[in-house]
Amino acid sequence: MTSVVALDAVPRIRRGVKCTYDQIREAHVVLFPEGVLVLNETAASVVSLCDGVRSVGDIALSLGDVYAGVQPEDIAELVARLVERRVVDVDG
Amino acid sequence: MAEAPFGLLAELTHRCPLQCGYCSNPVELVRRNAELDTESWRRVFDQARSLGALQIHLSGGEPLLRPDLPDLVTHANSLGCYVNLVTSGVGLSRDRLRELAARGVDHVQLSLQDATRAGNDRIAGIKAFDRKVDAAAYIRDEGLPLTVNTVLHRQNLDNIAGIIAMAEEMGAERLELANTQYYGWALRNRAVLLPTREQLAHADPIVAAAQERLRGRMEIVYVIADYHEAHPKPCMYGWGARQLTVAPNGDVLPCPAATVISSLQIENVRDSSLHDIWHNSPSFNAFRGFEWMKDPCRSCPRKEIDFGGCRCQAFQLTGDAAATDPVCSLSPERSTVDLILQTEMTPDVVPAMAMRKMT
Ligand code: SF4
Ligand code: SF4
Repeated sequence: MTSVVALDAVPRIRRGVKCTYDQIREAHVVLFPEGVLVLNETAASVVSLCDGVRSVGDIALSLGDVYAGVQPEDIAELVARLVERRVVDVDG
Repeated sequence: MAEAPFGLLAELTHRCPLQCGYCSNPVELVRRNAELDTESWRRVFDQARSLGALQIHLSGGEPLLRPDLPDLVTHANSLGCYVNLVTSGVGLSRDRLRELAARGVDHVQLSLQDATRAGNDRIAGIKAFDRKVDAAAYIRDEGLPLTVNTVLHRQNLDNIAGIIAMAEEMGAERLELANTQYYGWALRNRAVLLPTREQLAHADPIVAAAQERLRGRMEIVYVIADYHEAHPKPCMYGWGARQLTVAPNGDVLPCPAATVISSLQIENVRDSSLHDIWHNSPSFNAFRGFEWMKDPCRSCPRKEIDFGGCRCQAFQLTGDAAATDPVCSLSPERSTVDLILQTEMTPDVVPAMAMRKMT
């Protein structure tokens, strides 16, 4: 079941989840009890902005400055996947 | 070259105050004087990290019995690894937990044997229930995420609702309900542990309803009772694919149960590096990929999902570690499993549980 994440939802990294850079794989990774996620560049930027303050829409806006053509819907979908993997929580 | 592993399961010791009759440690337990020393464990962690491991599971036995546990936590944390403490909770005072958290434990996995004090302590073989409840409170107060872990079998499956309620009360974010897997100790105690079909049929909807009710609050992971299924459970992403285990004496295992495959030549960190063992050893390469498979697995589309099932189970029940897992309905040896179910699910005389102990 993929939950839908609204644009005004505010994602936050879950307690017990660690974000770090892996020199061996040369990639950003998310570490959590049940596993490891290796992130691509966009996902890493999104995760770094899941601060419990910014909404999905805000994140899309900030990333729009860096990557051309970022759609808020794409960010919402990515956040939904992170919710499913229990990396982030959303409220609002 | 094989992909790098994500996790290291470090079995720091096989010593344990509990005596669960389904313990996943081998029947031949490693004694204290054969355990790796602090320096060697540090080296193992270093090597695991340079190989690619990002999670270190500090396990046992009971890892709290190692006086150097705080140092090892510090070291694992300093490498940037996610540090998971796997414990029975016995010996975990508030101060100890606080120190371990300060040194970098990220997550605690706490075992629970049953829903009630009487049931829990009967299975554990010692009075452990109250200490687990206390441990859970310390973990929660410290703000560490908690996974409660319960092995399911004939003696506790009827209490599944109570186990779920207990994990909720303990403040767990995750609950792992894993039906017993029959290697080593559990194999020895199979006639005491094998659940009946009625028990499983009763438990399934309770688990499903709880998963629904607790969505977003407590995640429930349910591991099936594979003897009762038509297909095997997947071997964790395949053999030698994601994780490696180092036993207390430095033996390096592709899977925690791998010592049951007596034909496997096991390497040791005292003789070779983890890098060398992961990439080049016969034991890690034995069942990687799909080439080693025979029919029916070889030509079966499900091989991508279940990797032919469990190698340890195949070896124990058929004598051939490369055979199709005999719980599979397509295995020519499925009748072996059916016969076991027939004779051991409701045996005329239920034997006493052989409690885990060092001999
Ligand atoms: S071989 Fe069996 S026991 Fe070992 S990891 Fe695979 S499924 Fe688990
Ligand atoms: S035949 Fe092998 S691959 Fe196919 S379902 Fe059975 S165990 Fe899995």
